[in-house]
Amino acid sequence: MSDNVILSVKNLYKKFGKLEVLKGIDIDIKKGDVVAVIGPSGCGKSTFLRCLNRLETPTAGEILFEGNYIFKNERIYLKQRLKSFVLPKNADDATKTEYENLKAEYAALRKEEKAIEKYLQKHLDLHRQKIGMVFQQFNLFPHLTVLQNVTLAPIRLKKLSQEDAQAQAQRLLKLVGLEDKANVYPSTLSGGQKQRIAIVRALAMSPDVMLFDEPTSALDPEMVGEVLKVITDLAKDGMTMVVVTHEMGFAKEVANRVIFMSEGVIKEENEPKAFFANPKDERLKEFLSKVL
Amino acid sequence: MSSIQTFCEYFFTYGGYKDYLYGLSNTALIAVFGLLIGFVIGCLIATVKIFPTKNPFIVVLETIADGYVALFRGTPIVVQLLLLHFGLFPLLGIDLDAVVEAIIIFGLNSGAYMSEILRGGINAVDAGQMEAGRSLGFGFGETMLRIILPQAIKNILPTLGNEFIALLKETSVVSFIAVIDVTRSLQSIADSTYEYFVPYIVLAITYLVIVLVITYFIRIMERRLSKNER
Ligand SMILES: Nc1ncnc2c1ncn2[C@@H]1O[C@H](COP(=O)(O)OP(=O)(O)OP(=O)(O)O)[C@@H](O)[C@H]1O
Ligand SMILES: [Mg+2]
Repeated sequence: MSDNVILSVKNLYKKFGKLEVLKGIDIDIKKGDVVAVIGPSGCGKSTFLRCLNRLETPTAGEILFEGNYIFKNERIYLKQRLKSFVLPKNADDATKTEYENLKAEYAALRKEEKAIEKYLQKHLDLHRQKIGMVFQQFNLFPHLTVLQNVTLAPIRLKKLSQEDAQAQAQRLLKLVGLEDKANVYPSTLSGGQKQRIAIVRALAMSPDVMLFDEPTSALDPEMVGEVLKVITDLAKDGMTMVVVTHEMGFAKEVANRVIFMSEGVIKEENEPKAFFANPKDERLKEFLSKVL
Repeated sequence: MSSIQTFCEYFFTYGGYKDYLYGLSNTALIAVFGLLIGFVIGCLIATVKIFPTKNPFIVVLETIADGYVALFRGTPIVVQLLLLHFGLFPLLGIDLDAVVEAIIIFGLNSGAYMSEILRGGINAVDAGQMEAGRSLGFGFGETMLRIILPQAIKNILPTLGNEFIALLKETSVVSFIAVIDVTRSLQSIADSTYEYFVPYIVLAITYLVIVLVITYFIRIMERRLSKNER
């Protein structure tokens, strides 16, 4: 695998009970990529994004973040094969060997994957520090001031001194035009301001990749622009990001890759010009005719 | 008039006030330490119940916690006092000061209620808060401590205040296990003087004043916490 792959997703499945939401997602996200994810409501975009930082635990597949497993479960397939393996009483040696091999293979894989899970119990939080996430509903901490919201994680987790963290926070707040809001509580802010603060809070951990889940969907129309501008600036600065969005303009102008998700799989992927000018998948055509 | 005189005479001249103050201090001790123990137990149980794990050890703890909560919420506090003081503690050879016993039993009792209050308060905090904390890289425990609990406690402060007031009033039954609390002290005065009305009026006023003072402090705390968010 090349060094500049930040997130690598292989054959990702996610079920909620009986409901199969993700049915085999494969994608590599490289450094500097701006991936826009579009698709009809309920097709699993949020679920996919939340699997990337393990807010949601997938059912099967692999996710590597900067070359480290943050999820791996392939043994589930071997288990199914093992279960459906019929070993007759008078089986010949070849079949017996095959069965034994399968069993051994399963045991080895299980051991490996259990070890990964055990490792992750301690280290997943460290990986998450480098994966910023911005939510549709902002999720600012209402009991903390804007400055405290932004500095909490750097101070506690990166052991930045209070002064350094605050200086960094002020710099970032200035970047999004909210330096005068440092000492107010989130409840006094507008939606657009809240979302910009939420972006700053994630940026304060200096993440290697940012995940945005419909960052402008909960905003009044006149505030969408100010938030998109912040995200656009970030993209221009080379931040790697995955953005679930309904803003086709943004996907067209800012992303370098656009992905169409439907029925739990990636139906189509392309660079934005071709994606919108020349869609191939029938469902995508239908989807675009509705939203454009 | 004369009954007031009788009371005053007994209360001030014959040292009735000493018993009263002694009783008052026991009432305060049992209520305050009962509340503190209850809060600690409540936090522990709420944590065990909310911790997302299938770890068999935690699951066993959860079952024990469920039984404990059911037991202490399902029986009257007087029964708990009697059962532990006359039954369980002697059986186990535990010989404690009756006030300490009362503190323990009230602590255990309010722990059962408090765990439910805390759990409700924690569950009422938006799930997005936990996700935001985790996505920044905080562990479950630290997210709980720094992000969820401060909000939960703010939300349940009025309920906790009511719990404290209820606890304080319930301590009036500790004379069942021979603790001299404020109720018992005034009861003795009534029994000695054969004047009942005045001592019990004084008793009622005593509880009322304490409850009003507590209410006042809870108000101040609430106001201070909500000012935080303007
Ligand atoms: N925690 C959950 N438990 C059960 N079902 C869930 C859960 N989360 C999501 N789902 C279901 O999974 C499906 C995909 O949900 P998801 O939120 O990923 O869709 P989406 O593409 O983000 O939709 P939208 O555009 O409306 O945000 C939906 O049918 C949803 O009801
Ligand atoms: Mg969604």
